[in-house]
Amino acid sequence: MARARRLRRAPGPWRLPVVVGLAAVATGLALAGTSAAAPTAGPARQGPEPDLVAEGRALYRTSCVSCHGVEGAGQRAPDGALRGPSLEDVGPAGAYYQLTSGRMPIGNPDDLPQRKEPAYSPEEIEALLAYIDTITEGPPVPEVDPESGDVAAGGTLYRENCQSCHSATGAGGALSYGNAAPPLGPPDARQIGAAVRAGPDPMPRFGPDLLTDQQLDDLIAYVEYLDDPDDRGGLALGRLGPIPEGFLIWVGGLGLLLVAAFWMGTRRRDAPRVDPEPPGDEADPGTAGVDAGGNAPLARAADGERDGP
Amino acid sequence: MARDHLVTRRVARWLDQRLGSAKLARTALGKVFPDHWSFLIGEIALYAFVVLLVTGVYLTFFFDPSIEEVVYRGSYEPLRGVEMSQAYASALDISFDVRAGLVMRQIHHWAALLFLAAMVVHLMRVFFTGAFRRPRELNWIIGITLLILSIFNGFAGYSLLDDQLSGTGLRIAYSITLSIPLVGTWLASFLFGGEFPGPDIINRLYVIHILLLPALIIVLLTAHLGLVVRHKHTQFGGRGRTERNVVGEPVWPRFAFKSIGLMLLTAAVLAALGGLAQINPVWLYGPFEPANVSAASQPDWYMAWLDGALRVFPPWEARAFGYTVPNPFFPAVLLAGGTFALLYLWPFLEARFTSDTLEHHLLDRPRNRPVRTSLGAATVAFYTVLSLSASTDVVAVTFGTSVNGVLVAFRVACLVVPPVVGLTTYRLCRELQLRDEAAGMAPPERPRIRWELLRVWEWHARRRARAAPTDP
Repeated sequence: MARARRLRRAPGPWRLPVVVGLAAVATGLALAGTSAAAPTAGPARQGPEPDLVAEGRALYRTSCVSCHGVEGAGQRAPDGALRGPSLEDVGPAGAYYQLTSGRMPIGNPDDLPQRKEPAYSPEEIEALLAYIDTITEGPPVPEVDPESGDVAAGGTLYRENCQSCHSATGAGGALSYGNAAPPLGPPDARQIGAAVRAGPDPMPRFGPDLLTDQQLDDLIAYVEYLDDPDDRGGLALGRLGPIPEGFLIWVGGLGLLLVAAFWMGTRRRDAPRVDPEPPGDEADPGTAGVDAGGNAPLARAADGERDGP
Repeated sequence: MARDHLVTRRVARWLDQRLGSAKLARTALGKVFPDHWSFLIGEIALYAFVVLLVTGVYLTFFFDPSIEEVVYRGSYEPLRGVEMSQAYASALDISFDVRAGLVMRQIHHWAALLFLAAMVVHLMRVFFTGAFRRPRELNWIIGITLLILSIFNGFAGYSLLDDQLSGTGLRIAYSITLSIPLVGTWLASFLFGGEFPGPDIINRLYVIHILLLPALIIVLLTAHLGLVVRHKHTQFGGRGRTERNVVGEPVWPRFAFKSIGLMLLTAAVLAALGGLAQINPVWLYGPFEPANVSAASQPDWYMAWLDGALRVFPPWEARAFGYTVPNPFFPAVLLAGGTFALLYLWPFLEARFTSDTLEHHLLDRPRNRPVRTSLGAATVAFYTVLSLSASTDVVAVTFGTSVNGVLVAFRVACLVVPPVVGLTTYRLCRELQLRDEAAGMAPPERPRIRWELLRVWEWHARRRARAAPTDP
């Protein structure tokens, strides 16, 4: 039974010619509360434009320098603790990932970076990327086209390279000593591409020698599929595996049936008693006055009911 | 003899003339069952097992437990063209291409989880009310055996599908087997047919899962229920209830209707879960590749205590005489072995420590046996904490904390929670007893517990002293 459902429902790929219009749309999207804002010009290295770099430098000097240091060499606090890592090999890809997902700038360098609304407009991010490009050696923001990706091939790549940290369902996972691999949804194709190419710490970096551009597209297609898998079986319990399943069976399965059993095992209060009452009933001393359920007749006495004749 | 117009009556008579079934039925339907709601818990397990059998038979029609590599060509697109074992491919076919296959798979899996949960609660009921005392020790032993077999069978069943998650579980099982001193390597090779993953394991698990263990479980279940009939059901003390009678309702009609109702309810709850709640979506886990593993891999809940033990146990290993006792041996083999050994021995230990070898048909109220109740509660707490420890990484991700911190917290909880729960339970039992006394109920006689028997090394001397009384 072939299912006629499109597997990929990614937004169309960014195209260079429509810079202005897209910038406007992206700004609008950012205002509307999505994090889909993305700079428009691909950072293909055609020599940095001087005023863009100058703008980026100004932004960097106001917001990033306190942790990453002048010229991105990293910064240590007076007590020797790391304030911010060196940006030496981050490159535009790494910066793109951190800035568009709102992870940077970070409030407290000791916290894990969290995904939130980006602090900068797409134009500002573009300027920052241009500046970063001049001070670091690192991969450019990749051009991705998940539409052309093959989900099945991507799934195989994902299971080989990604699931050991991000989990098979993309729900994220814990790493040692407070680190964590974030959940992958809701996915943004370019952000995933940038993260894969740049390898934001502690993620390894997958350069074009490890994953070709086509494989990257396959991978992104699969991650986008994982966000809303076209599968069956009813309510997905957070896709966290057996743990929520275990909770559900104890609460919604056995718990429910125990309530049912309890309800079956209780008599109606006004039901006529059919228990035999042998003459000269010598009940155990320990169980005298206990009713059929083995419960002490305390509440009974309170509502003025008497057992037996 | 006038012709009877009631077909049922004619059929019954025809059968009776050939089988003598009327007498049998009269005895069976006249059996008296005490009515207390807690006596229905074991029945929930029984009916979950019935659902397991029915759905399992359906699944065997379509499942092919072969590890031959095939290329998937079914209707689940994200895996099309991927190499996988025939077992995994047929699990996908059952899920996507077999009519009602997925709902049967899911009901089967939910029923397995319910079967074990109901068994555990039934075990707790029997334990806390002292229903295992003489003459029912044998039935207790059969029950514990049923629990072990069911845990194994659940594990075997979910390992059949050869997906990434269950393959990870098998890898752990292989390593645990490997860690047994002296025989581990041989045993692991024997089970798996060689080095992991081994060519034989899926086929063997299939035979174990659909033939060997179900047959054993059915035989033991029959014996279990037969012994209940033989011993008569236990009952709580109360009006007119003595050690020599059973007060309750006859099987027909009241108890039968209750029981049938519970069976239908169990089936209904399982069908609802199977139809509405996704369980074990193997198509997301992918085919098993020995080199791959997913973050946040957990076993089903009934194996969680073992997984949790493996996680929280400190990284110790022992070396002696040129041999190493690897780390997994302690939390997995030793703890599991100790757990079931203690369960098996409990009726005899309790009889010895209380010098109580009388027959009992009246149940204890848990409050009247504070020591047993608090020990049981502490044990339940210990295994609950261990089970929850299997989710260290999920807890860490969910609450945004360090997985190492969570692990240490669980380690502490394993040692702290059980004593706290035990002491609280003990105090609670005493309070309830005081309340009973205030309500004018005489406290029941309690056997003295011979704590001095905890000095196990003196048992031998005691036996000698008993055999040859020294003072004339």
